[in-house]
Amino acid sequence: MAATFFGEVVKAPCRAGTEDEEEEEEGRRETPEDREVRQQLARKREVRLLRRQTKTSLEVSLLEKYPCSKFIIAIGNNAVAFLSSFVMNSGVWEEVGCAKLWNEWCRTTDTTHLSSTEAFCVFYHLKSNPLVFGSCPRKNMQITILTCRHVTDYKTSESTGSLPSPFLRALKTQNFKDSACCPLLEQPNIVHDLPAAVLSYCQVWKIPAILYLCYTDVMKLDLITVEAFKPILSTRSLKGLVKNIPQSTEILKKLMTTNEIQSNIYT
Amino acid sequence: MFVPCGESAPDLAGFTLLMPAVSVGNVGQLAMDLIISTLNMSKIGYFYTDCLVPMVGNNPYATAEGNSTELSINAEVYSLPSRKLVALQLRSIFIKYKSKPFCEKLLSWVKSSGCARVIVLSSSHSYQRNDLQLRSTPFRYLLTPSMQKSVQNKIKSLNWEEMEESRCIPEIDDSEFCIRIPGGGITKTLYDESCSKEIQMAVLLKFVSEGDNIPDALGLVEYLNEWLQIIKPLSDDPTVSASRWKIPSSWRLLFGSGLPPALF
Repeated sequence: MAATFFGEVVKAPCRAGTEDEEEEEEGRRETPEDREVRQQLARKREVRLLRRQTKTSLEVSLLEKYPCSKFIIAIGNNAVAFLSSFVMNSGVWEEVGCAKLWNEWCRTTDTTHLSSTEAFCVFYHLKSNPLVFGSCPRKNMQITILTCRHVTDYKTSESTGSLPSPFLRALKTQNFKDSACCPLLEQPNIVHDLPAAVLSYCQVWKIPAILYLCYTDVMKLDLITVEAFKPILSTRSLKGLVKNIPQSTEILKKLMTTNEIQSNIYT
Repeated sequence: MFVPCGESAPDLAGFTLLMPAVSVGNVGQLAMDLIISTLNMSKIGYFYTDCLVPMVGNNPYATAEGNSTELSINAEVYSLPSRKLVALQLRSIFIKYKSKPFCEKLLSWVKSSGCARVIVLSSSHSYQRNDLQLRSTPFRYLLTPSMQKSVQNKIKSLNWEEMEESRCIPEIDDSEFCIRIPGGGITKTLYDESCSKEIQMAVLLKFVSEGDNIPDALGLVEYLNEWLQIIKPLSDDPTVSASRWKIPSSWRLLFGSGLPPALF
C-alpha cells in the first residue's frame, strides 16, 4: 500500500510482479466455459509459420527446409532498415516464409495483406549461397541478431546524456568463438524480449550466436542509427555479404525519405 | 527443464537445493545472489522454461576481466559439491498463468534429481502484518510435514518463529484461518505442492516493503546461516555482518545511471 499526494491509499505495484493472488483465485473459480475461452485465446496467440505467397503452413521447420550456416535476425525498424538496405541489397534474396502472430496488443487483425511497413516477421533466403549442410543445420549454424534500445536503458556510472549515441554493444553465447566488432555489454546491463529469448535458446542449446545492440536516442527510423550497425559488416561472419556499400547508403536514404512522407501528420 | 552445461547431468543425490521465490522486494533473489557470489558456486546448468520472461546479460558474479563475459539467462543452476549445496537463481518474473506450471515442472525436477531437501527464500508484504507480528522479529519459517520430521529439533533450538495462520479472507471476520503469504509469489504454491508430494521443504521469509532491499537480503542470508552455517557463524558484533557476504558486481547502479553534472 502507498499513500499518494492526495491522501488516498492505493495498492502500489510490486516490482516482483506478484499479482498472483488474483490469478490463483481466478483458477479456483474457473468454469469449463472459462477454460474453453482461455484455451481458444491461447490457440489464437500461437505463432504460425506460413509460406507468404500461398499462406499455407510450412510443414516442416524452416531450418529443415532451408538449412543454412548463417541466420540473421533483425528486430525493430532501424535494424530491419540496415538489413534490407545493406545486406539484402547484395545478391538475390528470395522470400521463403513469414511468421503470423496475434496478441491483444495488435492493432490490426488482418495479417494476410501485410504492407512492408506492417510486416511482423518475414524470412528470406540468399539464392546464390549453396546449401552446405543438409542434415544437421543446427550444429554448424551461426546466428546474428540485430536490434536497438533507447540509450536511457543503458546503465553507466556517467550520465547517459554524455554518451556518444548511437553506439554498439554485443552479447555472445559461449560457443561463439569469433570476436565482436564492438565492446561486450557491461554488467549490470541486461537485454529482454525477443533478442533475449533467441540468445537464451542459443546459450542453452550451445548454438554460436551474437547479439548486436545499438543504443540510440532516436527510436524511429533514423539514418545515423542505422549506419551505426556498419561495423558488423567487417566481422568474420558477415564479411563478403555486402558488396556495394555506397549503393546501400543510397537505398537507405531513399527508405528514409519514403518513410518521412508517410509519417507526416498533416496528410 | 534442466539442461546441464556440460555433457551429462551432475549427480545431485542428497543435495540441499536453495532457491528464491520471486517476491516483494526481490529479497529471495538478492539473497541467492549473495549466496552464489560468496560461496563462489559454479554454474552447472540452466532451467530452460517458457514460464519466465526472457532475459540475458553477462556474468553477474564477474570478479575480473577474464570471467566477465559468460552469458547468463533467466534461470540458472549453481552448485558447491563440497557442501552438497545446489542453488537455483531466478532472474525474471512469471508470464501470466505460467506460475503454476512452473512449480509443477520445478518440483518434478527436484524429485527426479534426487535432491534431499529444498529451502525456499522468500518475503511477504510487511504492511499485512497483524499487531503481534509487528512487535516480533520479521523472520518466519515454514516446514512441510516430511521436513518437520528431520529438522524439528534443530529449528526448535534456534528459537525461530513459525509463520502464523491468518484469516483466509481478511475482510470477513468469521472466515477460516490458513497460511497466507501475501506478496510471496509462488511460495505458497510451492509449499502446498510439496506438502502433498511429500517433498522435504522449508520456507524462510522476511516481512519487507519495497525499497532498497539489500539490508533485507543480508538479514535473510544471516537467518539461513543460523541454521545451515554456510559461512562462519556471526559474532556478537552486528556491524560485521555486511562484510562477510560478497556483493556481486551486477549490483552496481541499482538505482540508475550517473547524474548529469548540469543538474547541479
